Amino acid sequence: MLELFRQFALELKASGINLTILYDAFDFERFVSGLATTCALVVLCTFFSILIGAAGATVLGLSRGPAAMLVCAYVALIRNTPLLVQMYFFYFAVGSLMPVGQNAIGLPVPMIGNFTWAVIALSLYAGAFNVETFRSGIGAVHGSYEEAALALGYSRFKAFRYVVAPLGLRFSFASLANNLVDLTKATTVAYAIGVAELLYVSNQIWSDSLNTFEMMNVMLAIYLLLTGIVVWIIGRAQRAMRLPGFGVN
Amino acid sequence: MRTEIEGRDLVSLKGVHKAFGSFEVLRGVELGVAKGEVAAIIGPSGSGKSTILRTINGLTPVDHGVIQLGDITVTDPKVDKVALRHRVGMVFQQYNLFPHKTVLENVAMAPIQVLKEPRKDVEERARNLLAGMRLTEKALAYPGELSGGQQQRVAIARALCMQPEVILFDEVTAALDPEMVKEVLSAVRKVAEDGMTCILVTHEMRFAREAANRVFFTDKGVIVEQGEPKAFFANPQDPRTKEFLDKVL
Amino acid sequence: MSETSIFADVLRWLPFVLWGFGLNVLMSVLAIVLGTGAGVFLGLGQTSHIRLVGGVSRLATQLFRNAPWLVLLFYCIFLMPYSIVISGATYNVPSWLRATLGFSLPVAANFSEIVRGAIGSIPKGQWEAAEALGYSRSVTLFRIILPQCITRMLPPWMNLYALLITATPLASIVGVEEALARTQAAVQSEAQASFLIPMYATLLVMFFLYTYPISRISNALERRFRTV
Ligand SMILES: Nc1ncnc2c1ncn2[C@@H]1O[C@H](COP(=O)(O)OP(=O)(O)OP(=O)(O)O)[C@@H](O)[C@H]1O
Ligand SMILES: [Mg+2]
Repeated sequence: MLELFRQFALELKASGINLTILYDAFDFERFVSGLATTCALVVLCTFFSILIGAAGATVLGLSRGPAAMLVCAYVALIRNTPLLVQMYFFYFAVGSLMPVGQNAIGLPVPMIGNFTWAVIALSLYAGAFNVETFRSGIGAVHGSYEEAALALGYSRFKAFRYVVAPLGLRFSFASLANNLVDLTKATTVAYAIGVAELLYVSNQIWSDSLNTFEMMNVMLAIYLLLTGIVVWIIGRAQRAMRLPGFGVN
Repeated sequence: MRTEIEGRDLVSLKGVHKAFGSFEVLRGVELGVAKGEVAAIIGPSGSGKSTILRTINGLTPVDHGVIQLGDITVTDPKVDKVALRHRVGMVFQQYNLFPHKTVLENVAMAPIQVLKEPRKDVEERARNLLAGMRLTEKALAYPGELSGGQQQRVAIARALCMQPEVILFDEVTAALDPEMVKEVLSAVRKVAEDGMTCILVTHEMRFAREAANRVFFTDKGVIVEQGEPKAFFANPQDPRTKEFLDKVL
Repeated sequence: MSETSIFADVLRWLPFVLWGFGLNVLMSVLAIVLGTGAGVFLGLGQTSHIRLVGGVSRLATQLFRNAPWLVLLFYCIFLMPYSIVISGATYNVPSWLRATLGFSLPVAANFSEIVRGAIGSIPKGQWEAAEALGYSRSVTLFRIILPQCITRMLPPWMNLYALLITATPLASIVGVEEALARTQAAVQSEAQASFLIPMYATLLVMFFLYTYPISRISNALERRFRTV
């Protein structure tokens, strides 16, 4: 099977399309590891950004005090400044203050590597968008549901936790899918701080193998596939949580 | 006659005032309901009927006056809300069932989550209540899959499952199609006949006459007139009551 | 290293970075103009009843909308000709201009969706009413439907611009000397760690001061139009 791929790729090469990742083991491995890194970024940042979004929306849903103002400031700051500058700010500027450890042969290595900084920056970035998404989802839940919960003895916090938030989540799916597609696309920005994700390794491969055009198309196809998968998964979650008999969603 | 039994009132409102902004909705409401009594509140739209009910379970805080429920002073700012709402149930015009929970969960969730009662006991009680409402087969359906009349019966079962001492009904048939009004009214009647103290706001004059022990007439934020239903409807004293009854009967 | 001298250093580099920021603004303005123009065609194309036009427009929209901005930027930087020959004279295409084209692709795709959404949000009854009055499809579109769409499209269009301006520093990755590239150059030539945070923070503030008012106006307009 793999041999067949190899043959096919070599024939393609003869006709001018040079897909080294299909017949060159080294390029193949690089490419797969880059894809794995991209997937890891997407999964980790999706997780943390949803956590941040949920926490932020909870604060906004329950308080009007300084905590809420802090969340609003965070959202405004992240959404109105460039992701790339945020990432450099974390990696170069904040990173310069972080403790430095030593590796096996005694050379200094930062305790927080570029992959971790990328996860932090991307999670904070997507998290800000998720705060907005969940907040407006919660805003779409009619006040009478909270009232019914209060009348049953729920505290405001418990009413939020068991009634308002679960309903708000269901109004958030479309916008959440959008945010996560944007996050998937934004993982490419980690390239700039040297994280060996898909764009980074593709760049290496086309620099070595001089197949820029082919690699770009492969890469583009993969990102379209990844965003498609993200949309599909959210769609599944949405269908699993739909409100029976409620027409909405 | 009222003054004699006032000491035994389970629910009493004394000089209750409430304003929304500069608009005075309640202007000195006096009302007493004894244990096991069924009180009907009638009156024109906007006269403050819903607001009276909402002050009794503390959903709407009052400006002046004292509300007493047994040994609980509702108007005390430090009142134990859970204890209060354990003892006062409420059924809303729009049912306000939680659409993401099954019928059984809707009925059982508050005693489990708020009162911390054992799940097994609560669910058994909930199933019995649903059977009493002739909804046994709907236990695992979602609210969105039920008719309005069925949803309202679930809402009554949900209030009963908290084992309250008083239930407040706020125009529970107003959102229903005519053919469903009867099934809900007979459910309310059954609750009343089982000895539950009920305070109900209603536009169904016939129901008030047949099911209530006492009728209160509100206009512009005060109780204008009250009495036994027979005498009240046959021989109203206040000109405002007469005018209102002329219009609706 | 005292606080004041760092502040003075940042201030000394500020004009240098601000000139770079001018390039960010220039790229964003050109890209929004190009992208909006192309996006109108794509968006109208998406609503077209001609199968081929509709299909191609939808495909192009989805392609450029779901591709990462940085990947599209790389396409334009590496795969576009470095110079073009117009009537015998050779013109170099500077990298900032190629980057601008790279930005205008996702802008076009996003605006295409905005146009389609706005047209879709006009009740079907209006099309039918116009048809009953004898209007042709294109006259209905340009005289009746689109004028109503303008106000609906304005807030998302401004949001798109905010997204675009915050994306322009990506051009520094492909060697365009905009504000971020200049900040990095400044940081390197100062070569001291205490300079890093103030310098990058200054750049963040610069973008925030430019973008935040746009976002606020966009939100305010959205609220206004929603209630009308
Ligand atoms: N939260 C609120 N804020 C401002 N005004 C309110 C609020 N709640 C009620 N009101 C006003 O108080 C008045 C009395 O309201 P209430 O709902 O108690 O009337 P009601 O007698 O129940 O009328 P209906 O028969 O229409 O239900 C109304 O004019 C209403 O607009
Ligand atoms: Mg009412």
